[in-house]
Amino acid sequence: MKTKLTFAAALLAATVMGGMANAKQLVYCSEASPAGFDPSPWSGGNDFDASSRTIYSRLVEFDHGKTTISPGLAESWTVSDDGKEYTFKLRKGVKFQTTDWFTPTRELTAEDVKFSFERQWKKESPWYSYLAGTGWEYFAGMGFPDLLKEIVVVDDHTVKFVLNKPEVAFLPDLGMDFASIVSKEYADQLEKAGTLPQFSQKPVGTGPYQFVDYQVDAVIRYQAWDGYFGGRQKIDDLIFAITPDAAVRAQKLKAGECDIMSYPAPADIAGLKADTNLNVAEQEGLNVGYMAYNTTVAPFDKVEVRKALNMAVNKQAIIDAVYQGAGQVAVNPIPPTMWSYNKNIKDDPYDPEGAKKMLADAGVKDLSMKIWAMPVSRPYNPGAQRVAEMIQADYAKVGVKAEIVSYEWTEYRERGKAKDRDGAFQLGWTGDNGDPDNFLFLLGCSAIGQSNYAIWCNKEFEDLLQAGKATTDVAKRTEIYEKAQEVFKREAPWLTIAHSKVFMPMNKKVVGFAMDPLGIHRFDGVDVTE
Amino acid sequence: MFRYLLHKLALIVPTIFGISLAAFAFVRLLPGDPILAMAGERGVSPERYAELIERFGFNRPYVVQYYEYIVRVLGGDFGISLSTKRPVFGEFMTLFPATLELALVAMIIAILIGIPAGIFAAVKRGSWFDQATMGVALTGYSMPIFWWGLLLIIFFSGYLGWTPVSGRIGLQFFFKPVTGFMLIDSLLSGRPGAFWSALSHLILPSIVLATIPLAVIARQTRSAMLEVLGEDYVRTARAKGLSPRRVIGLHAFRNALIPVITTIGLQVGTLMAGAILTETIFSWPGIGKWMIDAIGKRDYAVVQSGLLIIALIVMAVNLVVDVLYAVINPRIRVQ
Repeated sequence: MKTKLTFAAALLAATVMGGMANAKQLVYCSEASPAGFDPSPWSGGNDFDASSRTIYSRLVEFDHGKTTISPGLAESWTVSDDGKEYTFKLRKGVKFQTTDWFTPTRELTAEDVKFSFERQWKKESPWYSYLAGTGWEYFAGMGFPDLLKEIVVVDDHTVKFVLNKPEVAFLPDLGMDFASIVSKEYADQLEKAGTLPQFSQKPVGTGPYQFVDYQVDAVIRYQAWDGYFGGRQKIDDLIFAITPDAAVRAQKLKAGECDIMSYPAPADIAGLKADTNLNVAEQEGLNVGYMAYNTTVAPFDKVEVRKALNMAVNKQAIIDAVYQGAGQVAVNPIPPTMWSYNKNIKDDPYDPEGAKKMLADAGVKDLSMKIWAMPVSRPYNPGAQRVAEMIQADYAKVGVKAEIVSYEWTEYRERGKAKDRDGAFQLGWTGDNGDPDNFLFLLGCSAIGQSNYAIWCNKEFEDLLQAGKATTDVAKRTEIYEKAQEVFKREAPWLTIAHSKVFMPMNKKVVGFAMDPLGIHRFDGVDVTE
Repeated sequence: MFRYLLHKLALIVPTIFGISLAAFAFVRLLPGDPILAMAGERGVSPERYAELIERFGFNRPYVVQYYEYIVRVLGGDFGISLSTKRPVFGEFMTLFPATLELALVAMIIAILIGIPAGIFAAVKRGSWFDQATMGVALTGYSMPIFWWGLLLIIFFSGYLGWTPVSGRIGLQFFFKPVTGFMLIDSLLSGRPGAFWSALSHLILPSIVLATIPLAVIARQTRSAMLEVLGEDYVRTARAKGLSPRRVIGLHAFRNALIPVITTIGLQVGTLMAGAILTETIFSWPGIGKWMIDAIGKRDYAVVQSGLLIIALIVMAVNLVVDVLYAVINPRIRVQ
């Protein structure tokens, strides 16, 4: 009997061990710790990677590596003729994750959808303020409090969003991270127990991976969710090894301590590409780096002056020196990968002589101005100080004296908004949802004092912007935005500097990872080969 | 002895208040604003900004904010992090063992190498060993930690492959922390290889963190020893015919130890500062990295309470040093 038992135990152990050995593991060296695992209160890319894209799903989903959308938790939808009512049919049989801390008794319903949005919207809900001082920044930033009129539960699997006004980007907005769907049943349970903050520490979603454990600032562990409606993932264990320093991430990847890493330092890319065990995927980023003139202050209120200054700058030299070739000269305010990008627009030529003449013709002599340099490195501008120095040198060649100024990052943006700000202000933008309006709104009249650093309010451009938001017809919108880009180029409120490339180095055994134009790191559909 | 301790404790109270005020003021004097920092490039509308400022209470007079802060701290409430929304004290307690473990190992390395090196250099004053040791110490003292850490990673982890690049333990080891000290937890886990994995992860960061204190301790030991070796009683001891080992080990070293212990106590502050950079390079989940993140985000609650807790710890260590001092040197007790 004893022998039998021992044999059975050994067999069991062998099975378990064998199972462990076969478990597929993917280690991602991520750049920062998530603030929490609720997908909606925070706005950092690293927060989203760790919560919304792994644990949760949304009504609609961005296609892998694209900015187009497909059905997610909603299997279909209809839009009313006036564009104010969106009715979604929910997929049936969607299961919330069963974890050590929550066992769902029901599948996804319209109540969960309603709750997911109302908790960010209705101040009377205890969930609105369940995390001290949460502002639901993304929900507010996308204009949802003004946009939404009501959310109606039609039946268990039908939910209707009623809007105050038509919003063309509403569907892609629902694919964004803050619009992830959470479990109302789980929330109710925590509310009853009086342990609301657990919602963000021990998450429950319907996504491809379920949360296992988080060792603060060190490691996040996930495992494939067996009941995922999109099918079980091939990776069994997904691990985020939080590694803040880019050079150290590169070393870890080379040493085999992780399989894939985010945001390599430009200086490390050549070395990573040379490593025969690694692949370095690259993609045009959905971003733009620019320098905004203050169009309300003389002499920058004159189009000819802005054009002349644009012509004075050798942008290709900036791409070569600062972006180290990992970027391309920007012509339009939207990147070339975006639909409605106007290919026919010619950039202002690099022509110092012509610029000098234009300035003289405009009656500008001995101009001295400020160039603002961001104190931080961003994907759209890895070295603003160096860019400022190169522009300063180019300006000197056309007789313009420039002084470079910089401030602490939040201070910098605040001062940049001042109506009487002197000179040209460097900044950039990375897209949220792949809609052209998500870039062009930066130049809208209503964005003055917020994100319109050119303090530029042009009637023709503004009318086009509004027209583009009033229709869902893509062909019509393309036409409108192509026109808007013409107006932009003619009026030159910005010097468009660059669209940068993003890199994702990974071990050769990682397959199925798609670079995402929105800068998200998604691990659904990824596999490792042995 | 009791009065001596009481006297030291009485000095600590005003210091703590001073530090709490300094920490409170420091984070507010920094340019930048926590709400704008949270909003990022997207910005925030003036109405929303006003609403958030109101909710956090940052629009009230500083005196009121400080008063409320102190009242809460005295009640044991260190506040809630603005970014993670978790209690600051809880976050600190989760992360502190990692820093403590790293700092202790670094300190042990610094003492075990620094003191003998200093003694030897003093005894062999002017020899090649003395010059080499002091040269290395000066280099170590001037070493930029970030660069030094990266250099070690590239050589030992990248080129030679002897040590892991970063982290606290191999990812295959997954167990719930018991003490928070990975060396102990790995042993408790009973998993074969876990302890060695934890130890190998500690080697490089503790060497990096030990570098500056080691240099300081070695130099301090050397100069203290030189001073003592020139004293009359040492000469007397030698004249009595005591063995050099006894003269140095018993008569000279015990007296030279006093300034060295002071130095070691002061190095606790240096270790905390060094931990900030070391932890960032080695992805070490401790309070150094935590503070850096909080300062970047202008997380007022974490910065002001974090600084206060760290200051309390440094003061506690210094108190222990003072007591040790009195134990070693009875004259101090009397004064």
